[in-house]
Amino acid sequence: MVIEKDLVIIGGGSAGLAAANAAYDSGVKSILIVEKGPFLGGILNQCIHNGFGLHEFKEELTGTEFFTRLTVESEKRGIEYRLNSFVTKIGEDKSVYYTNKEEGYVRVKAKAIIMSAGCYERNAGAIGIPGDRPAGVITAGQAQLYMNEYGYLVGKKVFILGSGDIGLIMARRMSLEGAKVLGVAEIMPYSNGLNRNIVQCLEDYGIPLYLHHTVSHVWGKSHLEKIEISEVNDALQPIKGTEQVFECDTLLLSIGLIPYNNLLNQLGLPTSRSRGAWVNEHMETKMDGVFSCGNVLHVHDLADNVVAEAKVAGKAAALYLQNKLPRHEELILVEPGDGVGYTVPCEIDLENAEEKIPVKFRVRKPTKECYITYTFNGEVIKKIYKQTIIPSEMEIDPIPKDLFKGEKSGKLVVSLTPKEVK
Amino acid sequence: MFDIIIIGAGAIGSFLARTLSQYESNVLVLEKENDVGNVTSMANSAIVHSGYDPVPGTKKARFNVEGNRMFPEICEELDVSFRQIGSLTVAIEEKQLSVLKELAERGKKNGVPTKMLTAEEVLAMEPNITKDVKGALLCPTAGIVNPFTLTAHAMENAIDNGVKLHLGEAVKAIKKINGGFQVDTDVATYEAKVVINAAGLYSEEIAKMVEPISWKINPRKGEYYVLDHFRPGFVNHVLFPLPSEKGKGILVTSTTSDNYLVGPSSEFVDEKDDFSTDPLTLKDVRAQASLMVPNIPFPEQIRVFSGLRATPSTHDFIIEPAKKNPNFINVAGIESPGLVSSPAIAKYVVEELVSAVFPLKKKANWNPSVRKYIKPSEMKDEEREAFVKAHPEYGEMVCNCEQVSVGEIKDVLSRSLPCLTIKAVKKRTRAGFGKCQGGFCQPKVLMLLAEHYGISPLEILYDKEGSNILLKESK
Repeated sequence: MVIEKDLVIIGGGSAGLAAANAAYDSGVKSILIVEKGPFLGGILNQCIHNGFGLHEFKEELTGTEFFTRLTVESEKRGIEYRLNSFVTKIGEDKSVYYTNKEEGYVRVKAKAIIMSAGCYERNAGAIGIPGDRPAGVITAGQAQLYMNEYGYLVGKKVFILGSGDIGLIMARRMSLEGAKVLGVAEIMPYSNGLNRNIVQCLEDYGIPLYLHHTVSHVWGKSHLEKIEISEVNDALQPIKGTEQVFECDTLLLSIGLIPYNNLLNQLGLPTSRSRGAWVNEHMETKMDGVFSCGNVLHVHDLADNVVAEAKVAGKAAALYLQNKLPRHEELILVEPGDGVGYTVPCEIDLENAEEKIPVKFRVRKPTKECYITYTFNGEVIKKIYKQTIIPSEMEIDPIPKDLFKGEKSGKLVVSLTPKEVK
Repeated sequence: MFDIIIIGAGAIGSFLARTLSQYESNVLVLEKENDVGNVTSMANSAIVHSGYDPVPGTKKARFNVEGNRMFPEICEELDVSFRQIGSLTVAIEEKQLSVLKELAERGKKNGVPTKMLTAEEVLAMEPNITKDVKGALLCPTAGIVNPFTLTAHAMENAIDNGVKLHLGEAVKAIKKINGGFQVDTDVATYEAKVVINAAGLYSEEIAKMVEPISWKINPRKGEYYVLDHFRPGFVNHVLFPLPSEKGKGILVTSTTSDNYLVGPSSEFVDEKDDFSTDPLTLKDVRAQASLMVPNIPFPEQIRVFSGLRATPSTHDFIIEPAKKNPNFINVAGIESPGLVSSPAIAKYVVEELVSAVFPLKKKANWNPSVRKYIKPSEMKDEEREAFVKAHPEYGEMVCNCEQVSVGEIKDVLSRSLPCLTIKAVKKRTRAGFGKCQGGFCQPKVLMLLAEHYGISPLEILYDKEGSNILLKESK
């Protein structure tokens, strides 16, 4: 079956929904959202905890309430979607191929595409945890899925590796379900979760956080029996003599999220240091009319920030479809400098850019009393003082267009610089 | 009384079962694991070696070369992915070139075609190999195979032709009785005229149940990295360094699913159930592989694993009747090149050793093939469209990374070979083998298993007994 749409959105989570609504409001009426899961809302279906919506809706919502606000808006607009529909590939001609039970295998000839397929969890295989590979070593998000969507608890004596937010939230969730959470080990000397989660999910439940520790061995012939944690040195290698053993039936892994950017990778599109696609200020990838936003582009701290970014992508797709988003030869490259992990965007087309260009990035490690410094073609054009800055929070800085003084090409470097000592 | 009992359902046991299923005989296979090919046959390099390397005159040399010749037809019959991509044994120092010449000579004696390549020729074929390469020995008959479906489909074919398989039964004792043996498992007692010991790592323990033996099986561990299918053609052949007394060395190869495999290490261990991995060993694997292929993208790592080779104290395969019991046949110490040798070993054991003690008569209606496994993701667009239209469950995706649908899962669940665990589904279909390692698909596979067998999701196992994923229903 072949159908035609102006805009196909891959993934109907918070990014896809917000992008669809924004594109519609900017004049695109022929839209199709292709969602692999049984519901719109994506991963937020399993986020029954609160802490969502403070920026976007100015009130505190649960994850499910948060995406419901977005689906209500997309329903109002009559935006078409398919559920349980899996995109298998994107053609060079921007055909999107998906498959489902009802329609079979469908080719959608799209004029524009927004990729908003989310991310996946780093897992035991990726880090090669030393020791056995028994059942009971499971990613935190999967345990959350089993708990909140399927209604099953995976274990009763739990240790958690990594202080990512999902792990912290699962520490609380499993405690509430009667499991004993023995501790959380974080390889870095600082937590990778939001502060509010450290307080509300660990401290309130008396769960110890072992900073600068990792799991140095796992035992279990069929199911997990015990683990060993060790303090690590500056090279993040376990230090002999610091071992502690915990008997447990579950090791939850909350060790990071990675953009699930397969489809764009298969097209051979360039990626950035975030492992998502290389995009410009309009979230457009290096392929004309193909945009990317949300966690498939870079992993966000808050769903609210996903929505803000997706709106940019949705509006941009509308501009593209209206032939109002031409490509220009002259570009400003945006590069992460000292202390900065990656940036979004990777390049700025100044002629297309709005008055303020949001530059997003994460720092590599917690830093106190420092500056975020923007250097354009060797000259510092902006400097912001920060009392503290931490990797678990995404930085978003709107850069006024006039700071570039009309210069449309060159290199913008975002770096962290220490406070000068007088 | 059974005519023949095979102990062990690894590659050897499965091919023995398949080969025996061609004859009028009443065959039972006993396997302690809850799936076939669940130990050594599952965790290896999945290479169909050419056979240039074993010492001429050994059983390893004979069965490797014979097995290699059998592989194309067998994989065709059994619907198993097999690619004869050839291997390169790579010299990175001048002095190694003379060793390559010796190996070529050895290949010639074993009846294996080889070709010496210059550094330029190697680099033209393998641009990612070290620029220090001095030359290589090409063995065009080497290949790669899907080791999981190889064993599973061999056994399925045997079952379809009348063989019985009992999973989850460990043999505890064997007694001589009139006309054969009594075999006691932890579940039941059986009798058979002929017993074949294909118990892999535990073949020593099984053999000793019948009579004293002079050999030992020592578990030798190999640890590997698995990389995601990041880029087709990163390496195009099986790349070996020069072999040493420790084995064929750390290889770099693609797999039949376009992943890349780097390994194995080689170390004797004390326990036959020690499948742990060790970061320092893996670091060494990485360092050695990097000498041959310097820019392996290790950030694409999706898993590490280890396997145990059943290394015999005799340094060669042990394929012979027990000294005092001609109707008890040991097929032991089948380390590398065991996988490639397995069909040839099975043929020899059945035609030469079993036939000496049990009259074999060919069946008239033996079917050499298994039901074709259909994979829409490998079809062309038009073909896929028509197929999924006619078979809607193939449009319902389960595993995102490897594109496995409900249709494929239900296919493997409905075959004659039992598929009981999440891992068994993974080995048959690849659901869970991708970069998210089952993060997305495992709950769906678990629920499909529970539905198929009509049991609670709490009872579904990941792998061995006790490996339940779910503990209890939430509050």
